[in-house]
Amino acid sequence: MSTVVDVINVSKRYAEREVVHELNLQVHAGQCFGLLGPNGAGKSTTLRMIYGVSAPSSGSVKVFGLDVARESRAVRARLGVTLQDNVMIDALSPVENLEVFGRYHLLREPERSKRIAELIDYLELGSHANVPVIALSGGFKRRLAIAMSLINQPELLILDEPTTGLDPAVRLSLWTKIRELKSQGKTVLLTTHYMDEAERLCDYVVIMDQGRAVSAGSPKQLISTRVGRDAFEVDCSKEEELRLLDGLPGTGSLRSGARLLVYGPDLGALPQRLQAIDPERAYVMRRANLEDVFLAETGTTLEAGA
Amino acid sequence: MSSRISIPHVLAVTRRNATMYKRTWMLSILPNFFEPLFYLWSIGLGVGAYVSKMRGLSYVEFLVPGLICVSAMNGSSFEATYNVFVRMTYEKSYAGMLTTPVEPDDILVGETLWALIRACIYGGIFLLVAMGLGLATPMQALRVLPVIPLAGLLFAGLGLAFTMSIGSIDLFSYYFTLFLTPLFLFSDVFFPIEERLHGAWLYVAEALPLLHPVRIARFAFHGAHDTGASWSVLAWDVGYTVAGSIGLLLWSSRAVRKRLLS
Repeated sequence: MSTVVDVINVSKRYAEREVVHELNLQVHAGQCFGLLGPNGAGKSTTLRMIYGVSAPSSGSVKVFGLDVARESRAVRARLGVTLQDNVMIDALSPVENLEVFGRYHLLREPERSKRIAELIDYLELGSHANVPVIALSGGFKRRLAIAMSLINQPELLILDEPTTGLDPAVRLSLWTKIRELKSQGKTVLLTTHYMDEAERLCDYVVIMDQGRAVSAGSPKQLISTRVGRDAFEVDCSKEEELRLLDGLPGTGSLRSGARLLVYGPDLGALPQRLQAIDPERAYVMRRANLEDVFLAETGTTLEAGA
Repeated sequence: MSSRISIPHVLAVTRRNATMYKRTWMLSILPNFFEPLFYLWSIGLGVGAYVSKMRGLSYVEFLVPGLICVSAMNGSSFEATYNVFVRMTYEKSYAGMLTTPVEPDDILVGETLWALIRACIYGGIFLLVAMGLGLATPMQALRVLPVIPLAGLLFAGLGLAFTMSIGSIDLFSYYFTLFLTPLFLFSDVFFPIEERLHGAWLYVAEALPLLHPVRIARFAFHGAHDTGASWSVLAWDVGYTVAGSIGLLLWSSRAVRKRLLS
């Protein structure tokens, strides 16, 4: 599999503040790659270095085998970016906004109009194609933003927080589109702080925290190796926690106030133990997910189980 | 490094602004007709009634070339200051452009070109009104025409250099009140500066950017004989305007890259 993005030992500093620290990552062709992390983790800065609007303080970034610092124009001609903020022109319609972006990519007529018609159809923008953007809903604007980033038929699609602030139905429809784009052979690189989004879409994820990559792998692999199959949640005291976890092998736990989260490969014994402490106590027993990995990797109170 | 300026990308940036302007030009162009009418009526015909001659010309004849340059200055300045700042900071248009093959220098040159076009619209309309009022002959209009983009270029450079160095939109009030207004008042537009200023002040006046397009415009309008101007002063004025514009745009080029590529 060929490498589309190669980030080699990259750091980024603003004055004394280091926002990305010695980051290494590789995105392969056809992959959906997720950069996960809380706000301020360095995800957007990493993306900006990948599409060449922010120079690394050290290290290098190659996209399509080209040095982004030297050949940013050539790199950006082959990729599409959907930014966190919608940057379309409010006074213009979706068709006019797509025309403006088409011109930035030097698309000529009649190809430009043909491509715009395809995108209007593909992202289901037809009902409002000639209405000023200011009158459109958030979901519609987001679909338009993605359409704008697809105008040049990019080989690599970069999506910065593509579904933040959208309602569940719109998120679901955008996920479908992203999956379709991937199945068409596009490489997708996205950032998100929605773990369910990453789990559903990504083949490979890197979890970032305070500018560092703290974990990397496929969502399934990360879940099984970092937290195990099961997750158990209950409100309990410190003393009760000790009794619950006493002698239970291979578990990890994370406490947030009264809430205790326990992770492990097999937590089948915990409901029985809890019943012995308090038969009426409510609990949740579920499959572990990427959110548990994220909490385990970035939480400050992660403790090894007994 | 990627090639710094690509003409097709520059034109795409300019075209973006033109697409927006197409939406609003009917509304925004009307005041451009009234502004020269009010100036010429109030100052030219009103104040001019009390002034017998100025450099051998009637006051309104003296006034017209300078006011054409002031119009070009205003058109260019509004575009290169407020509008560029809004596109850069609030609309994040440049962030969007930089996800495409457009580079910061394309944005700078594209915006300069658009400011120049706006200067031509403002200055051109003033000229049309002056012609309509019988204050400019077709030959005078033809001769003064190249001065309008020249003035526009200089004030695009000044406006962009200022815009790229400030962090708050509120600071434009200083630019307009403390910089452009004094230029408007003391750059040979309303009175011949060499008759009112003496000694070192005349050298200070030579630093004022508006003075030079105004002198070129008056030369183009009335010729050397009527204005007492000389070819050497004309060469100095053209040199100042062109070199100043180039210098400011080169400075802005560094500033725009620093501002947009962080």
